[in-house]
Amino acid sequence: MSHYDAIIIGAGMSGLGAGIRLAMFDKRVVVLERHYVWGGLNSFYQYKGHQFDVGLHAMTNYAERGAKGLPLTRLLKQLRIRWDELDLHQQGHSAVSFPGAKLKFSNDFELLRSEVATAFPDQIDGFDALTTAVREFNELDLTAPTLNAREIVESHISNPMLVDMIFCPLMFYGSARENDMDWDQFVVMFKSIFFEGFARPQAGVRHILKLLIDRYRKAGGELRMKTGVQRVLHENGRAIGVELDNGETLTADTVLSSAGLVETEKLCGAASLAARAGQRPAPQGKLSFTETINVLDKPAREIGIDETIIFFSNTERFNYAKPDALCDTSSGVICMPGNFDLPEPPNDHLVRITNIANFDRWNELKRNSGADIPVRAEADARTGMSAPPDAYNTAKREWYTRSCDHVLGHIPDFRPHTKLVDMFTPRTIRHYTGHEGGAVYGSPTKRRTGASGIEGLYIIGTDQGFLGIIGAMLSGISMANRWVLQRDNATVETT
Amino acid sequence: MTDEQIKQAIIGIINDINPDEDTSNINPGERLRDQLDLDSMDFLDIVMELRKRYGVHVPDTDYEHLASLDSCVGYLRDKMAGKELVS
Repeated sequence: MSHYDAIIIGAGMSGLGAGIRLAMFDKRVVVLERHYVWGGLNSFYQYKGHQFDVGLHAMTNYAERGAKGLPLTRLLKQLRIRWDELDLHQQGHSAVSFPGAKLKFSNDFELLRSEVATAFPDQIDGFDALTTAVREFNELDLTAPTLNAREIVESHISNPMLVDMIFCPLMFYGSARENDMDWDQFVVMFKSIFFEGFARPQAGVRHILKLLIDRYRKAGGELRMKTGVQRVLHENGRAIGVELDNGETLTADTVLSSAGLVETEKLCGAASLAARAGQRPAPQGKLSFTETINVLDKPAREIGIDETIIFFSNTERFNYAKPDALCDTSSGVICMPGNFDLPEPPNDHLVRITNIANFDRWNELKRNSGADIPVRAEADARTGMSAPPDAYNTAKREWYTRSCDHVLGHIPDFRPHTKLVDMFTPRTIRHYTGHEGGAVYGSPTKRRTGASGIEGLYIIGTDQGFLGIIGAMLSGISMANRWVLQRDNATVETT
Repeated sequence: MTDEQIKQAIIGIINDINPDEDTSNINPGERLRDQLDLDSMDFLDIVMELRKRYGVHVPDTDYEHLASLDSCVGYLRDKMAGKELVS
């Protein structure tokens, strides 16, 4: 039996961030990952010889080298990574596109402000007031009361469509709540998207993960892949270790879980954990997504798509909620990763479309064993696959078509240029992340201090409440600091 | 360790924490926080590196003594006596 200073569940951004911090200060630490690939919600895969990212459209929180006091800079210092090691390249510009109105934005906030002033001249004073409120709010104060963002935004802006246009990107990139956000999360997202902006490495999320894994191993951390956690072991309200899927037991002084709040409660025996915290069990998140990846035969710019990312709604009121149908294709995110300002041409010219989806509906569809068949019928002839599609794959085909049809009000028709398609669903998300209900942004209940109700067990990642890739890493870092390193420093003289 | 070496020890740690920061012109009498991009998380790192590299323990209540290079020297002179500078 092995004893660790800390066990970390999950080799995603938060788990690796926490792991690096602990290993750096000579803690005996192991990161346990159920899958054979790291990254969690921000991972990657290979399909028919193409390299695709999961999750990552863009890194939010862009900051110039040496920019002071911003999340990205804070992250780099904590992990001892140089700015240029991240290989960040900024977006050209992006847009929020609604019926009859389009707001462009870039990493220069002035562009968005001028777009609002032009399209909504009677709202610019309110927009400026909202901007000031966002700027002045300290989102790092973990004790601030939870307020509803919609109420605050509507107190400044009276045009309902503009309110929804502001919410649309912020919700798509991080909200676990339907049709509203906690004010502190709204502030985090507003700053990370509109003030700071988008960038990505040439090689996408792989590059960031490789940096983290290398840093972690170099610091002496242990990483165990294909190692799932079956249970978190606890005695008298204190975590003592974990039991693995293979029955092996590992003990530790501290367990940091990035599995998600609902999922971590299950690992502990949900009832006991919630009862100890004097709380009801955390609600499962409702928001999941489908994503289609279209590989084009030429750069998106050559068919007239200039934006890097478009957040759209085909209705004036944007509905960020779990749909009754399999998908809600009336809104979504269209991402053209090749339209970042990359130094080299990308390997593939992609158009990715994300839509809100209903996990339960996808989950009940019958699926035959064996590999998925391509979502486009015409691809079948090429690959020679002739098996009759099952209900799951039939639905993928149908919703792929709708998803593409419903973005055509926002970008030129790219469909004739599509040479390969892949699509993933809420089911795929649950399979690879372990998030119940394929809830990408976790539970609407967050644990900002990391406290789980069991001493020595802390929540990191999505359900701790910091958002985005940078946020996830900072979540792991700050919880490792707070619950292990600071404590350690406070008690060193007495031990 | 000489006073100058104590300053070098602190600057060495800051350079490792933030390689993108220019530490060549730090005014030793002025607060580090006012000259460099250092927040409370970074001060925790300075404290932990002092422990890791030099076996020196700085309790939370003494963080204020690390405000400037000069105050670091005053506070650490006895604690660092007889230790070798780690580069």
